[in-house]
Amino acid sequence: MALAKAKSDATEARLAGLSLPEGGASWAREARQDALNRLTGMGLPQRRDEYWRFTSPAEFLAPETPRAEIALDAPGFDDTEVLRVVFTDGVFDAEASDDLAQENLEIERYADAVTKDIHWIKGLLGVLETAGQNRVDRPFATFNTAFAEDGIVLRATGKVSKPVHLDYRRSDDRAEAVLRHMVRVEDGAELTLLESGVGAARLNTGMEVDIADRGTFHHVRMQGRDHERRAATHVFARLGEESVFKSFTLSLNGMMTRNEVIITLKGDDAVAHVAGAALGDGRDFHHDDTVFITHDAVNCESRQVFKKVLRNGATGVFQGKILVEPDAQKTDGYQISQSLLLDEDANFLAKPELEIYADDVQCSHGSTSGAIDETALFYLKSRGIPEDKAQDLLVLAFVAEALAEIEDEGLAETLRGQLAGWLERRR
Amino acid sequence: MLKISGLKVKLEEEDKQILKGVDLEVGAGQVHAIMGPNGSGKSTLSYVLSGRDGYEVTEGSAELEGVDLLDMEPEERAAAGLFLAFQYPVEIPGVGNMTFLRTAYNAQRKARGEDEVSAAEFLKLVREKAKDLKIDAEMLKRPVNVGFSGGEKKRNEILQMAVLEPKMCILDETDSGLDVDAMKLVSDGVNALRNEGRSFLVITHYQRLLDHITPDVVHIMANGRIVKTGGPELALEVEKNGYADLMDEVQ
Repeated sequence: MALAKAKSDATEARLAGLSLPEGGASWAREARQDALNRLTGMGLPQRRDEYWRFTSPAEFLAPETPRAEIALDAPGFDDTEVLRVVFTDGVFDAEASDDLAQENLEIERYADAVTKDIHWIKGLLGVLETAGQNRVDRPFATFNTAFAEDGIVLRATGKVSKPVHLDYRRSDDRAEAVLRHMVRVEDGAELTLLESGVGAARLNTGMEVDIADRGTFHHVRMQGRDHERRAATHVFARLGEESVFKSFTLSLNGMMTRNEVIITLKGDDAVAHVAGAALGDGRDFHHDDTVFITHDAVNCESRQVFKKVLRNGATGVFQGKILVEPDAQKTDGYQISQSLLLDEDANFLAKPELEIYADDVQCSHGSTSGAIDETALFYLKSRGIPEDKAQDLLVLAFVAEALAEIEDEGLAETLRGQLAGWLERRR
Repeated sequence: MLKISGLKVKLEEEDKQILKGVDLEVGAGQVHAIMGPNGSGKSTLSYVLSGRDGYEVTEGSAELEGVDLLDMEPEERAAAGLFLAFQYPVEIPGVGNMTFLRTAYNAQRKARGEDEVSAAEFLKLVREKAKDLKIDAEMLKRPVNVGFSGGEKKRNEILQMAVLEPKMCILDETDSGLDVDAMKLVSDGVNALRNEGRSFLVITHYQRLLDHITPDVVHIMANGRIVKTGGPELALEVEKNGYADLMDEVQ
């Protein structure tokens, strides 16, 4: 009971002074009100919640937005031709953005979409988020459904040639941003979504991705190098038959980051890959990848590949789950989470889980934590490579398996460059 | 070129003396072979010279062209011109062979105060060296030693040697794990790299490698010391009579 009381107190404190966005179509107001009701019902998390055992929710619970220094950030994806969509301090920035127009793509502001009486997102807003609360509460996602005012709405009707790039910028050192993105990839359509930038002193992004049969969705995200970032992100995806979902996140620095990805494979023969690499330096680095994949159809494949490089007391967390429903025969599930601890102060906490109700299933998971291979290090040094450079090479080698999950070689190269830059600057 | 005097080495972690006073001098352009039974300290000598952790030099010195090797980091020894061809070349998944070679090449140039070379220039250089050694350029695209056969690994060592152009090459049991054909290929590579400015120290258990790489001097090492030194005929004697006879004779 003490926990319930603590949760309701925390929720009350966090919501004090907040009110649901005004206006909007009636369906949007209902979805927001429903989310607020659910949020007060479940309550915001406490450290004692099993799902928050490794990551303190305190930074996300503080009623006042913390201050975060605006650090210069390397601009992301400069070498890629994109449709740029800029959000400054969590608000769509039309001036800095490209025209919201591209072939095979319907694109508009979330803030506009929720005012329309008839809109396709009506059937999706909060739906995947609600379904994603299966077995565990994700109150910050519900918070997002209730309070997000801006974001982007994308509907791909065919192959979209240029990736859409969500470029988060910041001008205010106390900016709090709550962004909601809605994505629908129609039958046979293809879309690539990129995200990068500083975002906010405290950022909460929520994304619902509905992929119809034979649809393909690629998601590549760069978080960094602003260190004083607090970010809670959720990606909810539902996959139709023979559809493909691939998501990769590179995180450099960040005092508090929790990235949750929740996927349901709903149509037969669907494929979902989620991967990430996080590099952290210092006691104030905390990065958490939490993934929940539900197999609810036949012959689907899922992969989770997460790598963390930690030094000087940095902490990395991985919570990954594969749930195989009774009818999800011929499931192929793979999960690996590994950390490279560059000194004895670094911490890696992992909780891999499998929950399987079907009998014809192939699922494997592994989690390792290790130091630099001294033999390999000596081999490199014996060829004239100085210790720090040799170590960088081995770090790049360590994260290579995760980077290999990015299909587009150009994007992979951009991320590799960011990574190499981080190593060279030593942060 | 290489001058080792009264070198005594023990394991860092335990009180075990491995080298008990080694004296050895390799002149410029010479090839010396060190033979000896298992556990005689041959490989330890190669590790100590290249700077591997885990050993403690208690006495003696090792100099490369008059410069004290033992005070240097492994990468400094490499830049000074020392090269160790490993008995078991290390597999490094995720690091491309080409990236590895270029990083090493440029790091050594930088350490010597020379300009680094561009990726394109380096590619050209490596291709030429590979062609001279009859090494398939395909090997350069793969991660370092990953999935290489025993022969490929050793040839990769020789390619590195050819690219880095060291003055003093130590070959640690390069023949181990090789069949006759692979041994011939590797030896041909070594022979192609022999010249008056480059010296070799060939460590081997068997005489057969020395059929292909003819040494100027052969040393027999046993129990942490060099117990006998002679010409190429000494290797043949070992092959014929084994180490046991030789040991008896020395004692």
